[in-house]
Amino acid sequence: MTHQIELIINGEHYELMVKANKTLLELLREDLDLTGTKMGCGTGDCGACTVLLDNRPVNACLVLAVEARGKEIVTIEGLAQGETLHPLQQAFIDHGAVQCGFCTPGMILTAKALLDNNPNPTEPMIRRAIAGNICRCTGYTKIVKAIMAVASR
Amino acid sequence: MKGFTFHKPRSLKEALAMLKEADGKAKIMAGGTDLLGAMKDGIMQPERLINLQEIPDLANIRPDNDRLHLGALVSLHEITVHPSIQKRFGILAQAAQEVGSPQLRNMGTLGGNLCQRPRCWYYRGDFVCLKRGGDQCFAVTGQNKYHAVIEGGPCFIVHPSDTAPALLAMDASVRIAGPDGEKIAALEKFFMTPRDNVTRENILEPDQILTEIMVPLPREGSRGIYLKARERRCWDFALASVALLLNIDDGICQEIRLVLGGIAPIPFRASKAEEVLKGKPIEIELIDQACRMALSGARPLASNAYKLELTQALIKQALLTLSNK
Ligand SMILES: Cc1cc2nc3c(=O)[nH]c(=O)nc-3n(C[C@H](O)[C@H](O)[C@H](O)COP(=O)(O)OP(=O)(O)OC[C@H]3O[C@@H](n4cnc5c(N)ncnc54)[C@H](O)[C@@H]3O)c2cc1C
Ligand code: SF4
Ligand code: FES
Ligand code: FES
Repeated sequence: MTHQIELIINGEHYELMVKANKTLLELLREDLDLTGTKMGCGTGDCGACTVLLDNRPVNACLVLAVEARGKEIVTIEGLAQGETLHPLQQAFIDHGAVQCGFCTPGMILTAKALLDNNPNPTEPMIRRAIAGNICRCTGYTKIVKAIMAVASR
Repeated sequence: MKGFTFHKPRSLKEALAMLKEADGKAKIMAGGTDLLGAMKDGIMQPERLINLQEIPDLANIRPDNDRLHLGALVSLHEITVHPSIQKRFGILAQAAQEVGSPQLRNMGTLGGNLCQRPRCWYYRGDFVCLKRGGDQCFAVTGQNKYHAVIEGGPCFIVHPSDTAPALLAMDASVRIAGPDGEKIAALEKFFMTPRDNVTRENILEPDQILTEIMVPLPREGSRGIYLKARERRCWDFALASVALLLNIDDGICQEIRLVLGGIAPIPFRASKAEEVLKGKPIEIELIDQACRMALSGARPLASNAYKLELTQALIKQALLTLSNK
């Protein structure tokens, strides 16, 4: 069964036809070519697919596209303003917090949600907030430093 | 995922009518964090999904004089940050905080947490075991590190919920709506053992909806704690968990409710351990005795005996912490 949905993605209004069994992750990557959001496990176990749904980090692999009807989605593509990177994106580069980059989009969105809620988190708070995003490369230290750098501004 | 139709009723009445009309072919969807995984694994293939997220009353948190009313659709995240839950119902806030990951707690609901399906890897894999209508339990002779050590058989799942032991320690009850109206049941009567019925884990019929969880206010001076042992600090289900509500007055244990998760097909009330301590002064020797008694009658499988010591250690830690020893 196909449903007509309206939603906002990265500030833009979309009207789409989606199948009931399509996940939000599939909608973003396959239909809209927003491939910044990654597909890792598909089962809620890695956080690579993290997007913001009404400002909260969720696993897009475990959300149906039809559930996003009337909601606001932010993906990594929505962060930069033209050529200017979002402070978190810039800080990740400056601190060497990106290696293979697979976890980065989800990690930055989780960090954004944290800082939007609490501009001055402590290090343990940051570590708790990103606990649902696996990074296989960096060992997390530089990721935490990058987020701290933006937080202390 | 196989195809299905998706429905978003705006009232409980409408949802119940849809369920009745679907005649067993529909599934309720709350946050979907468990359901969608189960559907991807092919262990559930409903023809219709009835999503409850747009029924406003189901997401309320309402404290009254003597109890807390939690709509089944309240998210686990909300429970962890709600000030009066943190203050008066700390065990529940702690347990909700231990579920999965932040992302899962944002979507996952309390009702879904109680109704989630078990995680046995044979069941979630491609094995047609007893629970899937087959004629054997593969865990008995297979890989059973994460399975039940007590009250198992013929199926040896462990109940996966973190919030269930916490709610049981606080003597919660649930409101269930169905085609013939509403009923209230003690949470203690909600879960079903594999001996009662191997294909399900609770008393909900396919045309019923869990609408509310009610938690009595613990009496003055009671303290609570939820402790969970897991392999990784995020995502993992409990190897063993302990929910403890304790009231000590004048050094005497006036009230104790001790409920264990991750070790039995339904959350396990350790009444033998409670009996050791109830009405007695809380002393180290008695605490040790209670820990030994907690799992008497346990029958571990080949690879899960470690859970006995682990659970005893958690119980001891919980008792020592709450009695300031
Ligand atoms: C990687 C991963 C790790 C996890 N770790 C944990 C963990 O550590 N601890 C833990 O407890 N859980 C864990 N979970 C399981 C799950 O995320 C949570 O239990 C969550 O609370 C489920 O809620 P939900 O709203 O998403 O349920 P859903 O997926 O929507 O529903 C779960 C089941 O309950 C039924 N249901 C839901 N609500 C109702 C209702 N109101 N009335 C009747 N039936 C209903 C559905 O039909 C379905 O069968 C984990 C899940 C994943 C994917
Ligand atoms: S423990 Fe239960 S779910 Fe797992 S294989 Fe045995 S019967 Fe199936
Ligand atoms: S792809 Fe969604 S959590 Fe891994
Ligand atoms: S940078 Fe490779 S997974 Fe994080």
